[in-house]
Amino acid sequence: MFEAILLTVITASTPLVIAALGELVTERAGVLNLGVEGMMIMGAVCAFAATQMTGSPYIGILAGILGGGAFSLLFGFLTLTLVANQVATGLALTILGLGLSGQLGEAFVGQPGIKLQPIVFPLLSDIPFFGRVLFRQDLTFYLSMALVIGINWFLFKSRAGLKMRAIGDNHASAHALGINVIRTRYLAVMFGGACAGLAGAQLSLVYTPQWVENMSAGRGWIALALVVFASWRPWRVLAGGYLFGAVTIGQLHAQAFGIGIPSQFLSALPYAATIVVLIIISHNRRTTLINTPASLGKPFVPDR
Amino acid sequence: MTLSEGPAAVPLLSVRGLTKLFGSFAACNAIDLDIAAGEIHALLGENGAGKSTLVKMLFGVLQPSAGQILWEGAPVTINSPGEARRLGVGMVFQHFSLFEALTVAENIALSLDPKISLSKISDEAAALSKAYGLPLDPKAHVADLSVGERQRIEIVRALLQNPRLIILDEPTSVLTPQEADRLFETLFKLKAEGRSVLYISHRLEEVRRICDRATVLRHGKVTGACDPKRETPASLARMMVGSDVAQVHRDSASALGDIGIEVTDLSVPARTPFAVSLKNISLKVRAGEVLAIAGVAGNGQGELFDTLSGEYPVTDDEAIRIRGKAVGRTGINGRRLLGAGFVPEERHGHAAVSALPLSDNLLLARSQSDKKAFLSGGFASIIRQDAIRSATRRICEAMDVRKSGEDPQAGSLSGGNLQKFIVGRELDRQPAVLVVNQPTWGVDAGAASRIRQALIDLAKAGSAVVVISQDLDEIFEVATNIAVISEGKLSDPHPAGTLTLERIGLMMGGIHESHLIPEAAHAH
Repeated sequence: MFEAILLTVITASTPLVIAALGELVTERAGVLNLGVEGMMIMGAVCAFAATQMTGSPYIGILAGILGGGAFSLLFGFLTLTLVANQVATGLALTILGLGLSGQLGEAFVGQPGIKLQPIVFPLLSDIPFFGRVLFRQDLTFYLSMALVIGINWFLFKSRAGLKMRAIGDNHASAHALGINVIRTRYLAVMFGGACAGLAGAQLSLVYTPQWVENMSAGRGWIALALVVFASWRPWRVLAGGYLFGAVTIGQLHAQAFGIGIPSQFLSALPYAATIVVLIIISHNRRTTLINTPASLGKPFVPDR
Repeated sequence: MTLSEGPAAVPLLSVRGLTKLFGSFAACNAIDLDIAAGEIHALLGENGAGKSTLVKMLFGVLQPSAGQILWEGAPVTINSPGEARRLGVGMVFQHFSLFEALTVAENIALSLDPKISLSKISDEAAALSKAYGLPLDPKAHVADLSVGERQRIEIVRALLQNPRLIILDEPTSVLTPQEADRLFETLFKLKAEGRSVLYISHRLEEVRRICDRATVLRHGKVTGACDPKRETPASLARMMVGSDVAQVHRDSASALGDIGIEVTDLSVPARTPFAVSLKNISLKVRAGEVLAIAGVAGNGQGELFDTLSGEYPVTDDEAIRIRGKAVGRTGINGRRLLGAGFVPEERHGHAAVSALPLSDNLLLARSQSDKKAFLSGGFASIIRQDAIRSATRRICEAMDVRKSGEDPQAGSLSGGNLQKFIVGRELDRQPAVLVVNQPTWGVDAGAASRIRQALIDLAKAGSAVVVISQDLDEIFEVATNIAVISEGKLSDPHPAGTLTLERIGLMMGGIHESHLIPEAAHAH
């Protein structure tokens, strides 16, 4: 029973963690992309369509990543090259993504999907409980874990990550040091888009293997909030994502048991619990300040 | 050079006839300069004398229009800061370009070869900072550090590249006296190792204390080269400000009116470790009079202005009176309503919002003091665009503000034109009292004379004017009376005609002995 619940928690949390990690990288480079929801749903529809056409969910995953990444390029072009307002462009990207995905996915509505199968590690998966939970998962789960470790290493241990944080802190000084601000930001935006696309692919290939319009259901917004409340730290994003997933699944079970709390309260619980816990984590103002990218959302024009 | 004593050892760096033109304006005009190995060489000059331009050319930020730079006798062109560093020139800027969210070691790493590991940089930085007496924790975040510590990062960053010439641009302007002493010890260590230091400053005492030689710039030209230890502050000041001060002919003293602004025995403690405390300041300015306050930067001018304008009210209400009313605890708008006007030092961000058009900048300054003219609808305070626009036009015409378009952003104007606008904005009200801080700082000659004439005319029309300035030419041009501020203390005022540059130079150096100034017994 507990094991089954834990498995559903992992499935519910993984897309949040992946999308939030991508946005974390984008924001660390100083770009605020509010289009996560739109990129996610584009990833979901691309992944589902590619899977239906080729029969391979792995090609579907790739299509999701490419779809999200390509869609983010539109945001990058508008905000980085044409220096459009990032907030407005991000919102537009979400609205466009929701509409466009509905259009693209119309033919696939109601079709039975192909589920991405777990990759079972021999021996390791035989470990009681932990082995079954951690080593009988699908590719997206393993990728999410690799992303947490990889991004944490990249940002805080590698020189390229240092340059990216420098850009996020003060793009004018970074430019003066000879760092290519625009190019780095393009890469960061596309990485964020690719992650959102991967998260979307997980939704339409693992979570509920089918295509339903608006199936991202606000998860992109949750991911955005997670980044801020996790004060731009990868491990805190992981913790926040799993907390949200756990409370979401937990309250569903609680509703099923029929405890005497109005269901609306229970539905609101994941949001409230995540915010409270992450505020407690990030109560240290100094750490928050040091981790907040100071040039977040500010336009950069090199000539000025 | 006048001081090429001894056998011709090739200087580390020589500059011959270096010129930088901005349009037709020569920021640097045929500059000659030699820096020997192992010397601390001072570059002296007022604001706008061309020091920064010269240094930017030496560090590859700007390209000279004419002239030559020689490194160990061989001609070189320095096209970028990177080339300057490879040559062996290190630079510590006045305004730091550090990343607050990153650690000390990370900040240093960003400007070094990416192949060197962060831990190695940490170790080297720690070792260097220890060796030169510049305590620094490589793991500390810049956001947590004081200004002095931030400067140390810049110095260590420059030292890590093993430079043979280190350029420091006004390094002590942000330091407490204790931090400055520590910096001097570091400089002596560098000198003992045979490295050269180019030390830019306008603090005469400091230069006399630590520098072996000095080159003095004025209006883009070298006006003197000397051994500062053999000079007096007065003789250095004379080289800095020039002895050929043009005596502008002023009308004989007009009849003085009532007291416009009066300060009585005002003392204000320093607000920050870098601020100067004001000590027993007294002044009295009558209608028709221009009191000019001279002094070397950082001796309390900013603090005095903030106190006079009401940006920082004082506890003693009686200490400051404007047109007879006690206003010590009154804020800026209250003082403006009494007929006073104020023009602070920084054009961008303080006197004007760069991103807003001129008309909005006008309204921001005068929305309270000229409510009737610019706002209507009583409680609703509806902005009267027509009135503001016509006032903006009036000011631009009166002060000859050159701009593109009808109502451009303040930031798009040149320094001189914006300064004319912000001074004109106050003059337009015909204030009974006007306090101006550095009215022509960094402004071209044409705009400067326009502003000075306007200040003289305002006093003639019956206002009391206080001008705080570092520019002695300006002070002699506009002042009826001159006082000198030094270390937060203000001297007695003296009629402008009775003072010479030398006396002012001595007073600026903090020598207030009245026997030097026979006319000290001055009364209104």
